[in-house]
Amino acid sequence: MAKRVGIEVSIAVAEAVKLADVDLVAAYPITPQTHIVEHLSEDVANGKLDAEFVPVESEHSAMSCCCGSSAAGARTFTASSSQGLSLMSEILYIPSTMRLPIVMVVANRALSAPISIWNDHQDIMVQRDIGWIQTFAENGQEAFDLTLHAFRVAEDRRVSLPMIVNIDGFTLSHVIEPIEILDQEEVNRYLPPFKPRYRLDPKKPITMGPVGIPEVYTEAKVAHDQALKASKKVILKAWDEFAELFGRRYQPVETYRSEDAETLLVTMGSISETAMTAVDAMREKGQKVGLVRIRLWRPFPAQEFRKAAGKAKVLAVIDRCLPPGAPCGPVGEDLRAVFYKVPGAPKIFSFVAGLGGRDVTVETFEEIVEKAQAKARKRPRELYEVIGVREK
Amino acid sequence: MIPELEKFKGFTVKNLPKDEPLAPGHRACQGCGEVLALRMVMKALGRNVIVCSATGCMEIITSPYPQTAWRVPWLHIAFENAAAVASGVEAARKAMARKGKIPKRHVDIMALGGDGATGDIGLQALSGAMERGHDFLYVCVDNEAYMNTGVQRSGCTPYGAMTTTSPPGTESFGQYTWKKNIPAIAAAHGIPYVATASPAYFLDLMNKVKKAALVKGPAYVHIFSPCPTGWGSAGERSVEFAKLAVDTRIFPLYEVIEGKYILSRKISKPKPVTEYFKGQRRFRHLKDDQIAYIQRRVDAEYERIARLAEVS
Repeated sequence: MAKRVGIEVSIAVAEAVKLADVDLVAAYPITPQTHIVEHLSEDVANGKLDAEFVPVESEHSAMSCCCGSSAAGARTFTASSSQGLSLMSEILYIPSTMRLPIVMVVANRALSAPISIWNDHQDIMVQRDIGWIQTFAENGQEAFDLTLHAFRVAEDRRVSLPMIVNIDGFTLSHVIEPIEILDQEEVNRYLPPFKPRYRLDPKKPITMGPVGIPEVYTEAKVAHDQALKASKKVILKAWDEFAELFGRRYQPVETYRSEDAETLLVTMGSISETAMTAVDAMREKGQKVGLVRIRLWRPFPAQEFRKAAGKAKVLAVIDRCLPPGAPCGPVGEDLRAVFYKVPGAPKIFSFVAGLGGRDVTVETFEEIVEKAQAKARKRPRELYEVIGVREK
Repeated sequence: MIPELEKFKGFTVKNLPKDEPLAPGHRACQGCGEVLALRMVMKALGRNVIVCSATGCMEIITSPYPQTAWRVPWLHIAFENAAAVASGVEAARKAMARKGKIPKRHVDIMALGGDGATGDIGLQALSGAMERGHDFLYVCVDNEAYMNTGVQRSGCTPYGAMTTTSPPGTESFGQYTWKKNIPAIAAAHGIPYVATASPAYFLDLMNKVKKAALVKGPAYVHIFSPCPTGWGSAGERSVEFAKLAVDTRIFPLYEVIEGKYILSRKISKPKPVTEYFKGQRRFRHLKDDQIAYIQRRVDAEYERIARLAEVS
């Protein structure tokens, strides 16, 4: 039976990985993902998890090791953050087109310079196009559930793609929450063993990762893109089954008081809970404000988002990433593309907030809504605005 | 002595395996010493092996999709990480065998890279994998430059050699650093088996590869691999140059078994280095004093290894 316990979110994630009975964990320390792999190394050391714990010499080798492990047919996990994720970057593109179902939890953190260990989404936005399935957790329960969901989806033979579960560094990873931890029997019912279609085996030799000459390279990339798009069906089905078994229902986008909303906040990750409080406060003042939260980031759920946005006139999109020189933040950019030439589309305004651990408070959201509504009345010149910049 | 090597008989001309795990029809240049070495490596290993290749000549020429020259399971991920990828394969197989997910059958695991992939960009991954003690063999096929990118210098390019990024000119005599000693770096990790080999001495090469596969834990074999394209040498002379490199003491053949150096071939009457340089465009600009300097260093390096072999 599932047990509700007070537990640090990182440890809950490690519990999910243990319950998934992974075969290999590759680990290199980087704050703030460290608690996840530390806990897993303890489990391996104490015989609670029968897996190889490979303490590699860099994040680059962590992902390389994971590629070898997954190609050998093993259930494979690692975790990363920030600079370490950037160091992995070269390799991240490879298992996705090679269709190796590695699962990684990223505890999102800012990028240098200046060096910052605190939370924002700049590390993962750099990795937006690596071709992995990506979800964003709002709270600890979701972090636990989405980790199990990730193994289930990634290893499904119809999908066979690597998957990232994003959790906000510190603001989520290091917080103690009441979380319902499923037991082994329950997890076994949800997560079948990994049965790869191909694996490295001398009895049945195959060549993996060959040279892609110009005549085949495009086709390989298109096949990958098609697989990523097609994975949505399996992602949704896996969430449906999760709901049937355990009662918690997940969707690609989540809405809060959005039905009649004229202005919608758009968020990803743990700031969404603060955003809900802000929506309540603004509703009390009689404002028709709601919230849409994106849970499934890749493949982007365009259809679901359009539906969720309803008849809103203004979208205030919060990006926790400042893209120097770009027209607007990455989430804002995607949404502009989603609504391009859609009749009656809402006006979309992009805001950058919460960089490098800067607090995003109820007041921040109120300020954003106010600014978005003001912008909607006239034609703003700037395409995005950074909130809360100290001038002195 | 390492127990796995105690009963090792080795290959002789009479019992060479007929099987070719590396198929003919690959796309190597004519006279490629590297693919010749690789063919011997694979003959020695047989088919019960998983190969993780770094990006490089051997990866390019053997795997242009939809063709493959590999009759064994083979995986390529990137340039600098063959050792880390092999770590993953090895560790994963260990876990899966323990958990009953795959049969408990020993399979050799080989990581393969050129000199750039091994001694430069991939040195960190190699060091990490050797330090962790994974049971795999790493084979470096050293043609002394980044060849398939257009002959740029690497850390293994010999002193004085011309490459496209170490060109001789009014202010330069070519590569200005001495060849990086990767076998010594490997040996410094305290791994059970390290060896140097040359395709000109093919039985010695095959036996060393087989020993490297037999020992438990990491093993490293550094193979000298002539490259007509990069060296500006005649394709039909590759084996000759591989032999000359040994006979001039430029590339000494030895093993380091559990830290003990053993000379595989004692060169008591060495040929002068000029004999090796002749016929290679990459050395033709060298002046007499530079050659004399190289000769002195080559002799000193050989003596150093010979001394190590005596004392250890």
